[in-house]
Amino acid sequence: MLTDLTLTDAQEKLRSGAITSVELTQQHLERIQTIDPDVKAYLTLTENQALAAADQADQRRQQGDDTPLLGIPLAIKDVLMTKAVQTTCGSRILEGFLPPYTGTAVQNLFDMGVVMLGKTNVDEFAMGSSTENSGYGVTHNPWDLDRVPGGSSGGSAAAVAAHMALGALGTDTGGSVRQPGSFCGVCALKPSYGRVSRYGLIAFASSLDQIGVFGRTVEDMAVLLGAIAGHDPRDSTSMDLPVPDYRAGLTGDVHGLRVGVPKEYFIEGIQPEVEQTIRAAIDQFVTLGADIREITLPHTDYALPTYYLIAPAEASANLARFDGVRYGPRQSQGAMWPTYKATRGQGFGAEVKRRIMLGTYALSAGYYDAYYLKAQKVRTLIRQDFDRAFEAVDIILSPTAPTTAFRIGEKVDDPLQMYLSDVFTLPANLAGIVGASIPCGFDRAGLPIGLQIMGPAFDEPTVLRAAHAYQHATDWHTRRPTL
Amino acid sequence: MTTYEGVIGLEVHAELETESKMFCSCAVVDSTSATPNTHVCPVCLGMPGVLPVINRQAIEFGLMVGLALNCEIPEFSQFARKSYFYPDLPKGYQISQYEFPLAINGWLEIDLPDGSTKRVHIRRAHLEEDAGKLTHEGDHSLVDLNRAGVPLLEIVSEADIHTADEAEAYARKLRAILRYLGVNSGDMSKGVLRMEPNISVRPVGSDELRTRTEIKNLNSIRSVTRGSAYEIERQSAVYESGGTVQQATMGWDEARQLTVVQRYKETAEDYRYFPEPDLPVLNVSREWVEEMRANLPELPDAKRDRFISEYGLSRYDASVLVAERAVAEYYEAALNAGGDPKQVANYITGDVFRQMNTEGRDRDDIGVIKLTPTALAALVTLVQNGTINHNIAKKLLEALYAEGGDPVQLVERQGLAQVSDTDVLSQAVAAVLDEHPDEVTRYLGGEEKLIKFLMGMVMRAMRGKADAQIVQGLLVEQLDARRT
Ligand SMILES: [Zn+2]
Repeated sequence: MLTDLTLTDAQEKLRSGAITSVELTQQHLERIQTIDPDVKAYLTLTENQALAAADQADQRRQQGDDTPLLGIPLAIKDVLMTKAVQTTCGSRILEGFLPPYTGTAVQNLFDMGVVMLGKTNVDEFAMGSSTENSGYGVTHNPWDLDRVPGGSSGGSAAAVAAHMALGALGTDTGGSVRQPGSFCGVCALKPSYGRVSRYGLIAFASSLDQIGVFGRTVEDMAVLLGAIAGHDPRDSTSMDLPVPDYRAGLTGDVHGLRVGVPKEYFIEGIQPEVEQTIRAAIDQFVTLGADIREITLPHTDYALPTYYLIAPAEASANLARFDGVRYGPRQSQGAMWPTYKATRGQGFGAEVKRRIMLGTYALSAGYYDAYYLKAQKVRTLIRQDFDRAFEAVDIILSPTAPTTAFRIGEKVDDPLQMYLSDVFTLPANLAGIVGASIPCGFDRAGLPIGLQIMGPAFDEPTVLRAAHAYQHATDWHTRRPTL
Repeated sequence: MTTYEGVIGLEVHAELETESKMFCSCAVVDSTSATPNTHVCPVCLGMPGVLPVINRQAIEFGLMVGLALNCEIPEFSQFARKSYFYPDLPKGYQISQYEFPLAINGWLEIDLPDGSTKRVHIRRAHLEEDAGKLTHEGDHSLVDLNRAGVPLLEIVSEADIHTADEAEAYARKLRAILRYLGVNSGDMSKGVLRMEPNISVRPVGSDELRTRTEIKNLNSIRSVTRGSAYEIERQSAVYESGGTVQQATMGWDEARQLTVVQRYKETAEDYRYFPEPDLPVLNVSREWVEEMRANLPELPDAKRDRFISEYGLSRYDASVLVAERAVAEYYEAALNAGGDPKQVANYITGDVFRQMNTEGRDRDDIGVIKLTPTALAALVTLVQNGTINHNIAKKLLEALYAEGGDPVQLVERQGLAQVSDTDVLSQAVAAVLDEHPDEVTRYLGGEEKLIKFLMGMVMRAMRGKADAQIVQGLLVEQLDARRT
């Protein structure tokens, strides 16, 4: 089955002429037809467009074109704008919305000849950790269909885990790439803030959002990151820094690499098998010649409350544009205010409304200083924790999530419990640093466990090198769910 | 009865005539004439996923205004989101500036009708994006977003203004500066320049601050003056009758020349400002500021002072000439063509303005009238060297204003040159005296004012071309000769 190839293997086979993009794409579409009714990773399938793109890629290749991602079928999270292809953000408020433009990262992929298979499910406006908040139904974890795939990029993670795409784009505001990566047993990377253009990423929290990648190997991620990273004049927060050859940096060598283990990330409430597995992964790094040190990130406890002030505050403004005036369904009630209220009241789900309320409150006159401004100050302290830590170590290891995938419905009525599943991933967004998650073992129920590797801002090469070295020495990433 | 004075602050919104909008590359167009929604893109439509990019030219225009208004330019400036819902605001928030505006603590010197001057302090000038426009039609409204995202500079004065005259002087001066800088056309009727006075009154001599109202819909400087005067009077009357003024937004009713309540403000609006996370902070380097300062054009006050010292004009004439950049340019063009500074000034502020008034033209249209600066200079020279007299000059100016042309040629073609030949004039005077024996007798009997009548008769006989001074001399001489 061509769907069992890694992205880099598929690249080689396309290059050598052993397979065509049309064959590769067709097999993916067939697998999606078979598997996705159970997994429900995709919200929109773009079969015709995919086959046309695959055919075009094959023609380009015949003419000697050897662009790295030419003809590679990928899945795209449905928070990324794709021209004339329905983009919903998992929300009923954008049902049927056909964007007038394609965002920069996706356009870069299209220009390279990538084949988009479809748009994947997401917690509404990327707010959630399970995809249960999607307005279009829940995605199921390929390892256990009764469990969530994580979120908010659960559809992309599940698609890659279930071999319904060679790789995928997701977005990560507080762990939305890494946590589903961990739950679905795939590799996930949230690049540094400013590494990838956010133009065309439907904003949840502008100062935290970043487009990330999923792959079944670290190598696959390195190739994908290289394709979407770089400065974009349309995004003033994207940094004008050269893009390294990420794949070339995967030397397999971590000898002498200084690895920090923060004591604050091994807390009460963490699933014992998760802690054991992470400890074992740390030992593996020792075996590989890395230099392990215990470190402290003293403000870790404040990351969650800080995040839940800043992210909703930004979201409350970012989501104001969804008013039914220019796009999306309008619940017309005649007069202006009733129409606004009905459109937004019916279009947004409970979690989105909850966060809009939280954010509106945090920004209100009289509360701004105590909440938003205070949160920004604590954010600075959290960033300084990492600055100090990275003076002594090159990367930091931790669990990606405190538990493995939980059951569908288990946490829907307890938002605080749900928020806790991102407790280890939020700090990287607050600090703007790199965070990756790679498979490092399984719990007794056979559910994957993810190892988080964090590195300083714009040091994606070191994080990827460490992740790759670990993967080179282990085979967790090669295990696949049976579907 | 208590005498009240106004306490007025002016909030001015000036659209900046940049090439593109504040945060996208759409063109800035005349939104009163462009087909609706033709100068829009995903960014200014507030599509999902879009991001703003700061227009450097808008920052530079803002810096120019700030410097022209004697403001401090802080090194650190920042955009912020101002949240409110309205269908003309695509994102549901306006990108504006809040804590860290582009310019602060400036002042503007205004000229008052009594010839005195006064400094009005400027609190701040900050950049933001304009909203679109709504048109209400029957039971629905239409949204035009051509204007959405156009750079807007908000200039806020301190409440230093106390009368409607001062408000007018401030408005005129500010408008002139914006036009001098070439950043705004000053066309209030098109809404590219919007002025909103906030007004309270207090007994003269007191320093209390009472409840204020805000006036909107002022579409000319004249309406700023009248609206302010009306509101001061209205509020004074309310207090005088024992009432209280309620905080409100008033609208100016141009037809009825009065203010009407648009809405009462019971609670302060909460715009939930916070720093715009999509944009980096703006570091305004000192080099940049100095570069902008060096590139400022000569502004009205400096030009006025130069006109006084260089051309010997009165402060009043100089002020009138510099009030509009176009007039000042016209004036100096006429001087370059050889016109006498004082005479050219007199003709512009007198006959030329009168013609333009009659035609209903604004003074800033002076650059396009048919009477060119060169022609005016030639006309002035013809008067000065005695080729034509003042009356002919007036008529000639009217003709040139209506039709254009070269005054020297017109004088030749129409034989308008002044007659100074004493023999010719002497004969004409004698003939008039012969024809009016009654008036001559009465003059000689002591009714000396009749000389004016006789003068008029000579002028009529000479078809206006006679040199008046010579005729005057001849009249006195010949009348005296008839005394016996
Ligand atoms: Zn635009």
